[in-house]
Amino acid sequence: MTAPAVVRARDLTREYSFGKEIVHALSGVTFDVPEGDYVAIVGPSGCGKSTLLNLLGAIDRPTRGSVVINGTDVARMNDRDATSFRLRNIGFVFQRFYLMPTLSARENVELPMAEAGVSKLDRIARAKELLAYVGLAHRERHRPSELSGGEQQRVAIARALSNHPAILLADEPTGELDARTGAEIIGLFGRLNRDGTTLIVVTHDEELASAASRKIHMRDGLIVDG
Amino acid sequence: MPIALAWASLRRHGTRTMLAMLGVAVAAAMLLDMVMMSTGMRESFRSLLLSRGFQLRLSPKGTLPFDTEASMGNTRELVRKLRTNPNFVAVSPVLGGSIHFPRGDSVVTSSALGLEPRVQGDYELVSGRDPLAPNEIVVNDELYRALGARIGDTLAVANGYDPQTREYTGVRRLVLTGRVRFLYGATRQRAAAMELRTLQQMGGSERDDASSLVMIRVREGASIDSAMEFIKEQGPRANLVSTESALDQVDMRLRYFRQLAVILGSVSLFVGFLLVTTLITVSVNERIGEIAVMRALGVSRAHVVQQIVLEGMTISLIGAFAGLLLGLATGRYLNGILSSFPGLPEAIDFFLFQPKAAWTALGLLALSGIAAGVYPAFRASSLPIATTLREEAIA
Repeated sequence: MTAPAVVRARDLTREYSFGKEIVHALSGVTFDVPEGDYVAIVGPSGCGKSTLLNLLGAIDRPTRGSVVINGTDVARMNDRDATSFRLRNIGFVFQRFYLMPTLSARENVELPMAEAGVSKLDRIARAKELLAYVGLAHRERHRPSELSGGEQQRVAIARALSNHPAILLADEPTGELDARTGAEIIGLFGRLNRDGTTLIVVTHDEELASAASRKIHMRDGLIVDG
Repeated sequence: MPIALAWASLRRHGTRTMLAMLGVAVAAAMLLDMVMMSTGMRESFRSLLLSRGFQLRLSPKGTLPFDTEASMGNTRELVRKLRTNPNFVAVSPVLGGSIHFPRGDSVVTSSALGLEPRVQGDYELVSGRDPLAPNEIVVNDELYRALGARIGDTLAVANGYDPQTREYTGVRRLVLTGRVRFLYGATRQRAAAMELRTLQQMGGSERDDASSLVMIRVREGASIDSAMEFIKEQGPRANLVSTESALDQVDMRLRYFRQLAVILGSVSLFVGFLLVTTLITVSVNERIGEIAVMRALGVSRAHVVQQIVLEGMTISLIGAFAGLLLGLATGRYLNGILSSFPGLPEAIDFFLFQPKAAWTALGLLALSGIAAGVYPAFRASSLPIATTLREEAIA
């Protein structure tokens, strides 16, 4: 039996206006992602992968179409509702990690939980648990500047998981890492997926894409395969 | 969390933050000094005028008390009539003038007050006793040192000097009975006091019944307006001023000082505001990617605004508290310089610290700190997340 779809994208279209010129970043994309799936979105630069990820993550709005995540159409939400939705339902991992440089690894993981109103004791316990999960229990007091790129990305993954999101979205998560460190992150994503996390990854990294259970190929704002 | 993030953000560029706080401190110090100056002189003058409880003053027409050498005549009868009013607790006539102490080939010159020691409101006794007899005199420390005399010494005192006969006029031998501090005396001014009648007689027939000032203390609870009416009915050829109207006259004369204080204070406030706005704007521009990520992670706009406004407020408040200390120190230093101006009562403070003034200055700075953070905060929180992240990635 197929798992219920956690993501339903229908006729997703995103256009940008540059003066009189209109750029079609996405041109009517439709697909589903079942719960527990591990999807890699691949394609050449400028094909609309990141735009699609932004729409799935409710940090951008489609010109047309809908994105339903866990039964909620995020495309129609106002800013306040979308922010609250992201906080509780979506985990983000970025290519450049974007950890807060003045906070320790543990405090970075705590940040979304603090925003969600989780008590100090609970969020410390959860942050420690997640750092242990990504293999950084011994680095919890370290600042990002004291961590390697791979370690920073693992902290970013722990941060993305802190509020038990329905999906984890990653945009080129191995793009800033060397091959060996990238492989560690790929391994970590695999483990996360096996433990039940729904993953959608945008990547140019063939190895990362191959690790996914499903690949969506994009070209010129359209899904051409997958 | 916004508080922790704001503090962490300020600590990230510690030197820059410290310099900004120092800049705000300088602006705050100037603002505080200007607020202290704009209100201080008036309050200081008021407490000086009220220090001995005299609410009404009669002085020669067109002058402030002791503003000139001018005096009023026929004051003995006027004082007698005034003392018939049961609401007048004390009526104190005072005559001002200069006296000389011939010391062999040299002379020590001093200002002098003739007064009634039992009701006077011009000096405080430091040591010895009041000059209650017609042949007694008290002096302040400056004159005491200049004379090299001791309490109990008899001093030759003249009221004037005739250059034609080369002789001193109005000479008396007075016994030094005490050392005093004059409430309205200028810094380093030599001054003495004796019985009113003594100084009047030393001045010859012209000053026999003269006074430079008559001070009236009205019974507590009695109407000042009625008291003024009563005095006017006695027909004195003099200016009658209440403490309030004297303060109004002082206010008129200090108007330019206050205008200057308001202008310089506003400039200080604006400079502080610009400093904080610039720093916060630069800081936000540096962190635009981080802020977009915080928003992507689900941090609300309100919390982003709160964090950035807190940064501005923290800089302003810490700077303002440092500025409070700096302002008090500079105010005290400047007060020392200004108070030593010749002719000004030593007791007048140009920079009078008043808690209300300090709170006003701190409040204005805190408000400017909030205002300084508002624009960059709203700008940062309103940036489109996806576009900002894409631009950051390209950069």
